[in-house]
Amino acid sequence: MVSWLRQKLTGFFNSLRDLPDYAESPERYKVLRRNIIILMLVVTILPLFLMGLINHYLYKRTMQDEIVQPMKILVNKTRHSFEVFLAERLSAVSFIASSYTCAELSDEKNLSRIFTVMKKEFSGVVDLGFLDPDGVQVSYDGPYKLQGKNYADQDWYKETRVRGSYISDVFLGYRKLPHIVMAVERSHAGDCQGSVLRATIDTNRFMEFISSMRLDPGSDAFLLNKSGIFQTPSKFYGQVLETFPMALPPASNEPNVLQIADPKGREVMLTYVYFETLPFILMVVKPRGQVMQAWYTLKTEALIVFVIGVVVIFLVIFKLVDKLVKRLEESDQRREAAYREMQETSKLASIGRLAAGVAHEVNNPLAIINEKAGLIKDLSEFTPEFPLKDKLLPLTGAILQSVDRCRTITQRLLGFARRMDVSIQMLSLNEVIEEVLGFLEKEALHRNVDLQLNLAFDLPRIASDRGQLQQVFLNILNNAFDAVQDGGKVAITSFEVDMDTVGVTIQDNGQGMTQETMTHLFEPFFTTKKGYGTGLGLSITYGIVKKLGGDIKVKSKLGEGTTFTVFLPKKALALAGD
Amino acid sequence: MKKVRVLLVDDETEFVSALAERLSLRGFDAETATSGEEALGKIARSAPDIVLLDMLMPGMSGSEVLKRIKHDYPQVRVILLTGRGSWDGIQGIREGAYDCLMKPIQIEELMQIMASAMESDDKTQSQKGV
Repeated sequence: MVSWLRQKLTGFFNSLRDLPDYAESPERYKVLRRNIIILMLVVTILPLFLMGLINHYLYKRTMQDEIVQPMKILVNKTRHSFEVFLAERLSAVSFIASSYTCAELSDEKNLSRIFTVMKKEFSGVVDLGFLDPDGVQVSYDGPYKLQGKNYADQDWYKETRVRGSYISDVFLGYRKLPHIVMAVERSHAGDCQGSVLRATIDTNRFMEFISSMRLDPGSDAFLLNKSGIFQTPSKFYGQVLETFPMALPPASNEPNVLQIADPKGREVMLTYVYFETLPFILMVVKPRGQVMQAWYTLKTEALIVFVIGVVVIFLVIFKLVDKLVKRLEESDQRREAAYREMQETSKLASIGRLAAGVAHEVNNPLAIINEKAGLIKDLSEFTPEFPLKDKLLPLTGAILQSVDRCRTITQRLLGFARRMDVSIQMLSLNEVIEEVLGFLEKEALHRNVDLQLNLAFDLPRIASDRGQLQQVFLNILNNAFDAVQDGGKVAITSFEVDMDTVGVTIQDNGQGMTQETMTHLFEPFFTTKKGYGTGLGLSITYGIVKKLGGDIKVKSKLGEGTTFTVFLPKKALALAGD
Repeated sequence: MKKVRVLLVDDETEFVSALAERLSLRGFDAETATSGEEALGKIARSAPDIVLLDMLMPGMSGSEVLKRIKHDYPQVRVILLTGRGSWDGIQGIREGAYDCLMKPIQIEELMQIMASAMESDDKTQSQKGV
């Protein structure tokens, strides 16, 4: 995993660094832009996102603790109140059952007196009754007439006889009001063993405990027995003695919190606790939305801040990277152009030196051939009746002509290389062009080439070298004529570029050039005219224009034609002897 | 009429011998030398009217010989021969040469230049020479 990550990262950074020097396509900058943007987004948004996530988690926990903990405490306290309330009353019943004799308890008056005291001391006690070992209530005091009732069949009675003491669930019984019964069996030997003292507790007190929790209106609190039967009414889930509509939570004597959905589909927080000695469960149900309101608000605000942050980061990064990459692209282009120009110049210079050397070396033997052949010619001419005179003269003539051709080539080579004196004079570029066209008019006529001349009549005169300019335009026009088919078009336009520069455009609708040809266009000895071109024309042209302080731009499309634009300064650089 | 005396100076023997013969045929008194030193010796002995001087020679170079001639014999007209392009020639003309020809030379052109060199009066010559 680590090595894979390292590999990926290395690859990524290499892709930033190892971009090819010469971008053939703008694709390179697209890739670069994309990579930088991705990298910057990752390093800015990832930490932001992680921090947001951690904060989210921590806040959530804190918020929950702050809500959950008080709920647990409240539930625990309320359970305690219940337990104390019931335990106190059970103790009282137990105390009375043990302290009085069977006869005293069976005596209605006596029991009534005990009940009066008890009612005063312990609130919620509704009545008190004494049952003989057969389950018949022999004495009773309370609001109902229950004396003589037989409870032998009642569950609570049976339970009491088995366990010795008993607190019932809430039930309706004979009186049809929810109440609980607590009963204690007289256990010590002696008179009336197996008799039972029972008291009824009003469950209204339970309601008071629950309302003392002071829950908000959306919340619900109630008591269940261990079978899930409501012991107190619930606002949302059922009345007393109905069944709790959800599964009972796992038993726990410590308060516990569950996040569940209730049968109505509400997300609720259920806080509950099982009673330790009694078969009851205290539950508080709060809707989660209400509980977590503050949390949701905070979460929404945090999310808004995060989203705004991300959007700002996006915008800034995009803008920044765009600017950066554009700058880079521009500087790359400038560097590339400078590099190409330098390469061109140094190539021309070294080839020029080579050409000069070759020309010189060739010129000496050529001079000997020239003089020897000349001498033969002279001898045959100057000597009267020289034998074979008629034969020799054409031969020497041919030799001398060939030498002359060689001389033209070497002179051109030297001309390419030579450090020429520029002879600057004020001249009209239009005139120079017209002079040059003088050489080509015949060819244009012969080949039916459409020669279009758009010379600016108000073109300012410039200070430059007439002879060299003639050569420049002759070379370019020659190429244009070579490029077009018979009946093709060559257009010459002169114009003023700016305060310091004039320009001439020579446009043909000939065969155009390939990218390859364009690259080598100004190199000496590069020619597409196989067999008859020296490959020097355009390199000389380029050299001259550069020397005069100008520039040449070429646009060409294969099959559509070529446009040469020559830019010349109004005042040529006088680089004599450079 | 007195023959025009020409001294041909070039390290290429075959070149000077042939050219000397051609000039002789045309009525010149042509001598040859194949080095700068030899040329200066010959000039000292028989001051020629015209010296045809190659710029590039082993030993003493053409421009050195030119300087010596112009210093010691300012009346002698020097026509430079060069195989290397016109810059050498331009430099030479600044140093006092009458003209410069590119090798291989055309005899007609040489004849013309020599004729005009002979025609140019002594006054101009001495001015140029100093």
